[in-house]
Amino acid sequence: MQDISFVIGGQAGDGVMRTAELLGKTLNRLGLYAFVINDYQSLIRGGHNFCKVRASGRQVWSHLEAVELIAALNQDTITRHENELTEGGHVLFDSDKASYEGPYKPHPIPLSGMIKEVESIPIMRNSAMIGAIAHLYGIPFEPINEILTWAYGKKADKNIRLVKKGYDYAKQNFEPILKLKLTKRDPTPFISGAEAVSLGAVKAGMKVYIAYPMTPSTDILSFMGTHQDQLGIAVIHPENELGVANMALGVAYGGARCMVGTAGGGFALMQEAFSMAGQSEIPVVFVVGQRPAPAVGVPTYTAQADLRFVLHAGHGEFPRIVVAPGDPEEAFVKAGEAMNLAWRYQVSAIILMDKHLIESYMSIAIDERKVTVEPGSVAESWEGEYKRYKFTDSGVSPMVFPGTPGAVVKASSYEHSEYGHAIETPDGVTKMMQKRLRKMDGIIKDLRGRETVKIHGDPKAEKLVVAWGSTKGAVLEAMQLVGKPLKFLQIMYLSPFPDWDVTKHLEQARDVVCVEVNMTGQLRSLIKEQTGHYIQKAILKNDGRPFDPVGLAGKLKEVFG
Amino acid sequence: MREFDSIAKNTWCPGCGNFSILAAAKQAMVELVQSREVKPEQIVISSGIGCHGKISDYIKVNSFYCLHGRVVPPLMGVKVANQRLKVIGFAGDGDAYDEGVSHLVHTARRNLDATIIVHNNQVFALTSSQVTPTTPIGFKTKSAPKGSFETPLNPLHLMLASGATFVARGFTGDMQHLRSLILQAARHRGFAFIDVLQDCPSFNPTLRKFKPKVYDLNKEGHDVGDFAAAWEKAKEWNNRIPIGLFYRVEKEIYEKQLLGDRVLVDEKPLTSIQSVLDEFI
Repeated sequence: MQDISFVIGGQAGDGVMRTAELLGKTLNRLGLYAFVINDYQSLIRGGHNFCKVRASGRQVWSHLEAVELIAALNQDTITRHENELTEGGHVLFDSDKASYEGPYKPHPIPLSGMIKEVESIPIMRNSAMIGAIAHLYGIPFEPINEILTWAYGKKADKNIRLVKKGYDYAKQNFEPILKLKLTKRDPTPFISGAEAVSLGAVKAGMKVYIAYPMTPSTDILSFMGTHQDQLGIAVIHPENELGVANMALGVAYGGARCMVGTAGGGFALMQEAFSMAGQSEIPVVFVVGQRPAPAVGVPTYTAQADLRFVLHAGHGEFPRIVVAPGDPEEAFVKAGEAMNLAWRYQVSAIILMDKHLIESYMSIAIDERKVTVEPGSVAESWEGEYKRYKFTDSGVSPMVFPGTPGAVVKASSYEHSEYGHAIETPDGVTKMMQKRLRKMDGIIKDLRGRETVKIHGDPKAEKLVVAWGSTKGAVLEAMQLVGKPLKFLQIMYLSPFPDWDVTKHLEQARDVVCVEVNMTGQLRSLIKEQTGHYIQKAILKNDGRPFDPVGLAGKLKEVFG
Repeated sequence: MREFDSIAKNTWCPGCGNFSILAAAKQAMVELVQSREVKPEQIVISSGIGCHGKISDYIKVNSFYCLHGRVVPPLMGVKVANQRLKVIGFAGDGDAYDEGVSHLVHTARRNLDATIIVHNNQVFALTSSQVTPTTPIGFKTKSAPKGSFETPLNPLHLMLASGATFVARGFTGDMQHLRSLILQAARHRGFAFIDVLQDCPSFNPTLRKFKPKVYDLNKEGHDVGDFAAAWEKAKEWNNRIPIGLFYRVEKEIYEKQLLGDRVLVDEKPLTSIQSVLDEFI
């Protein structure tokens, strides 16, 4: 099976990310499965940006740290990535900006000169670079030109000429690395978690998206913003996260489905409003994109260290849903589920993601029929006296919205009576607390009919890997390299915790390891709390980077002996 | 008047200025309903935390009893969901000028079609007397026993500078005037702000101090379209205190710019997103 992996790098502002995305999209369209991870620093110009591009004839779930080709727009890229080259690796570089003498095959190409020939600007060096890469991997021309036209419209012409220049130069001067075998397959989207989670929410009826920019969730805001007319939604960027969360409460109280997006730090600012959503039983969906913390941490990198934070977010006791998708398809489906469950049970739902999942692109099939608008606990009209917080067996009170004739709809941050008036009596407080907490029974019953965990690998294997979120990708890839039968339990719902699904797999296993991008084993401790099972082995790190499949495979071999 | 009467028991101190604001607001709502400008179910109020906040319980109307400082954002959310609704926010001076000042400033600049009424008694009362941003210099509380030394905020200047399109001051000592101001504010298409000088009989009794100084600037030929004149009038405080409408201007409202005439709660969800998914192929 052909499996290519290369890195393209330059300074911030060189257009590396866009280039990698377009290449990934091209490879996807040619019938390969692509994966692109971007790695960038918190600055606008300068520094070092790079993308790892991987493609294969089979589904790929992760980039690889190791590459056979460096495509360098500057010297720094060569210096930083030379140690990642596999034996016989290639270094393609702009010979006007960099030089290379070393053990790997040098491919100098005068990119800066080429842009002068077509009177173009430095960022267009990428197009000539794409041409050279196309030659090295035997990628045909036409799909590249189509995608450049799609991406740049009328401005595509110069880019297309540069692709040809790069291609011709490479053809005259370099031997190809390999010729990719192109396959016919059903087309799949080449999509990021940000885009998929947005579409899932919209398919489940989301009408309003509210966010304050914060990496990594800014990509969701950008996608929603640029697609608002097509998706029939309103997109709002208010003054701060407190504005975001409190506005979202107002939108949902007013009767429209609403989602907000933020990172761990932004969600920290929303805590009081999150608690208010619990108290006032207003359904709002929160996307929390994790990155290394505490505080500002390492803002443009990834982590899985906010699990405990979101599980305990907000003061007081109230039910919540927390779901962590592991790839863009799951982000699409689980965003829909989160929205539907929130509106059925009048609770908040958190979709816990991270930079790696939100910003990385991959080829993956998405079936839009998997998400529909499921009815919420909404009454169309009302006769007689309306009680917003009417006691019911399920704890869910029929919801109507302001504007409903005959109904006075009261939402309150105070503990309240069935009408919504503030109360303080112990009996009244107890009853209303019990009503809210009772909703969790219904949510659990509901989730028993949905996919809360996934089993991958060999379902009969005694060696079990447990992981959650974007680490799914690295684990799936690593399992293929370990050479022993492994079973992988991917946990998607974290609240309510699907102990009914998790316990049986833990009991069946003889050797278990938990893999997480955090240093305290947050899922591991949650499993202990919820099931009583203590998983002795753990592979943990929190350095801002997702696991590399090869490195992880080595660690799995080590822990499983 | 009775149709907005609530069953909730009123716990404000006897003689509290809040009673004036409550009565004025209810009367204004009745007039809006009787004149068929709005149906009762189309009114949504919100309130913050503090004595004033209880007004949500005391009016039988749709209400959003907020967190401290967050009176404005939920109203903006409500208007985005359903711009047919008429929204009126009640905030304390601690709510509006301390904890939630950013929301006030930004929503004024956006010109959301909303009325915000600030119960400005210059003191945190429910927490048993601490200073707020409008507490006068020298005012002594347990938290500032030597007297407040912070320069008080001028709410009218704040709102004029922020771009509010209706800036007014009311006084709980003149309920009919206040009723009329609230009615004008509710009828204003845009962000209408009323700072209400409110008597707090328990912690800051100002009624007798303010009453002789207060005058209606709209009876003295003030031009409400003149921003510079409004700014000057808003400085007046020591010997005479102007109440009434300081400034008004017409400007396109936020929700129209965001949504045009769309009412999101009426819209059916998209049945397919396939065309967008296809962009990714």
